[in-house]
Amino acid sequence: MEETRILLKNIGKINPVSSADYVAAGGYKGLKKAISNPEAIVDIMKDSGLRGRGGAGFPVGLKWSFTKGTPSDQKYIICNADEGEPGTNKDRILMSGDPHSLFEGMAIAGVAVGATKGFIYLRAEYPYLLPILNDAIKDAEAAGFIGKNILGSNLDFEIEIRSGAGAYICGDETALMESIEGKRGEPRYKPPFPGVSGLWGKPTIINNVETLCNVPQIIDKGAEWFRSIGTESCPGTKLFTLSGNINNPGVYEFPMGVNMRTLFKEVGGGCPGGKKLFAVQTGGASGAIINAEMLDMPMDIECCAKAGAVLGAGDLMFIDESINIIDVVENLIEFFVEESCGKCTPCREGNTRLLEFVHKFKDGTAREDDLERLIEIGSFMQVSSLCGLGQASPVPVLSAIKNFPDKFIVKSDERGQN
Amino acid sequence: MTEINIVKDAVKKHGRKRESLMPVLQEIVKQENYLSEERLMEIAKEFDLSSAEVYGVATFYSFLPVKPMGENVIKVCQTIVCDMKGKEAVLDAIKDKLNIVPGQTSADGKFSLMAVNCIGQCSNAPAMLVNDKPYINLTYENVVKIIDEYQS
Ligand SMILES: Cc1cc2nc3c(=O)[nH]c(=O)nc-3n(C[C@H](O)[C@H](O)[C@H](O)COP(=O)(O)O)c2cc1C
Ligand code: SF4
Ligand code: FES
Repeated sequence: MEETRILLKNIGKINPVSSADYVAAGGYKGLKKAISNPEAIVDIMKDSGLRGRGGAGFPVGLKWSFTKGTPSDQKYIICNADEGEPGTNKDRILMSGDPHSLFEGMAIAGVAVGATKGFIYLRAEYPYLLPILNDAIKDAEAAGFIGKNILGSNLDFEIEIRSGAGAYICGDETALMESIEGKRGEPRYKPPFPGVSGLWGKPTIINNVETLCNVPQIIDKGAEWFRSIGTESCPGTKLFTLSGNINNPGVYEFPMGVNMRTLFKEVGGGCPGGKKLFAVQTGGASGAIINAEMLDMPMDIECCAKAGAVLGAGDLMFIDESINIIDVVENLIEFFVEESCGKCTPCREGNTRLLEFVHKFKDGTAREDDLERLIEIGSFMQVSSLCGLGQASPVPVLSAIKNFPDKFIVKSDERGQN
Repeated sequence: MTEINIVKDAVKKHGRKRESLMPVLQEIVKQENYLSEERLMEIAKEFDLSSAEVYGVATFYSFLPVKPMGENVIKVCQTIVCDMKGKEAVLDAIKDKLNIVPGQTSADGKFSLMAVNCIGQCSNAPAMLVNDKPYINLTYENVVKIIDEYQS
């Protein structure tokens, strides 16, 4: 199956730093249109049906309308380039291969809601992208696409890069803002939501890299064009990161709704060494681990959710029969124990407890009430944790228990004894 | 130049506002590979913050070490995809070459090893960073070669 390259169309084909190259490939046309009619942008985004690509799938036009509707002397656009979700490396491809499409998306957002300043929060694990992004920003400024009086108008839009420092939690939108403000990256209580009160208390739009890279072509080609791709509830394409036990790992672009089996077989080429597929973790480290028998699944937000999977940022980690699922779950919970910021108890204590239980399953000492307690604590974390980290971190273990019950063996006859 | 200028220079470059704290901490790490107690106290003074506050920020982030680091810092990804695809071989190669495990610095002070979480190279796992440079699709053999290069 052929890829549908809309976001990836320039990757490897243009000099990523050069705005002239980007323009020759049709770039900065959306920004020109936006400047000629800023009032119309939010409605076009609403009509397009674009939903956030960072994991949660929030409607972009609606998010932008909150910020547009909140009067303020200063508003901000933040690009979430923290890409910390294990199993995801699509944003890296976009930033290293076509950074101007990101700048254009940010500038259009700025023009649409009256924000004059944008930040790219780049994870510390991508230091090698800094020179590319910095040079591309300089090039775009020199060519008048960003900076003061963009494209000769009376509008300004500056872009500044801020580096993270190795904390997964800073991918959460409010933790990220704390981090830009120079503090520990601990999530804030919501409301207020960032659209109304975000960075330094000012109305702030925060979107994922891939989300923003979709914007220029939507404005240029129209909402109807965008809606002709993908599914009814999730228009457009999606970048999928294939990793794990797969012959052709990598980042691929397909319309939303592409079947997971197609991605596994035709695109990914199946498991290496003729091994059998055992499981797939969908949606990154905090996503659900599904049974290989569930492979027939259209990949959009609703279809994945209905089937007990997670679209998330479009990550598919393939796990073959040689891997022990308990080891996978153990590694994932260790990740969350380390990355929990510790601000709230259910997540700080809960992940440590989950890990203790998983160790019991690993060494074969778990009893029936351990399984019950594990599920109880995990379910409690999902509803009572402050942010998405604690809410989602039990998902891998809970989904693994559901989909691979025979791997979580308990010594039921010893129930009640020590 | 006296030592204290490192902090003063970083503050001159990035500013003294609260939002400049991270860039200043990062600048010191870039130059000295870690944040010594002395530097943290100098920074606290520059920003008019308590040293506990500055220490609290630094220790929140895994790439802002407060313990001395070697000349070259190797960060091996320990997260799930790299774990499944052979991170052990990477760590074995480093152990055999440098006699260090995660958290340690080689006796000559040339290398420190950190086990870190996902570095965004999952579709090229296993992967590591040496200083600012990514190395991907690692095997025992190519890790040995990479370390040879840094040793020569
Ligand atoms: C623990 C945690 C980590 C997150 N990491 C990221 C990330 O690395 N990149 C990202 O775009 N969104 C991440 N998010 C989601 C953001 O909070 C936010 O929803 C997103 O940036 C909004 O952009 P979008 O609507 O364009 O997807 C994370 C959320 C949580 C709770
Ligand atoms: S859920 Fe976890 S990461 Fe989120 S605020 Fe609570 S402790 Fe921090
Ligand atoms: S899990 Fe190792 S790079 Fe992502």
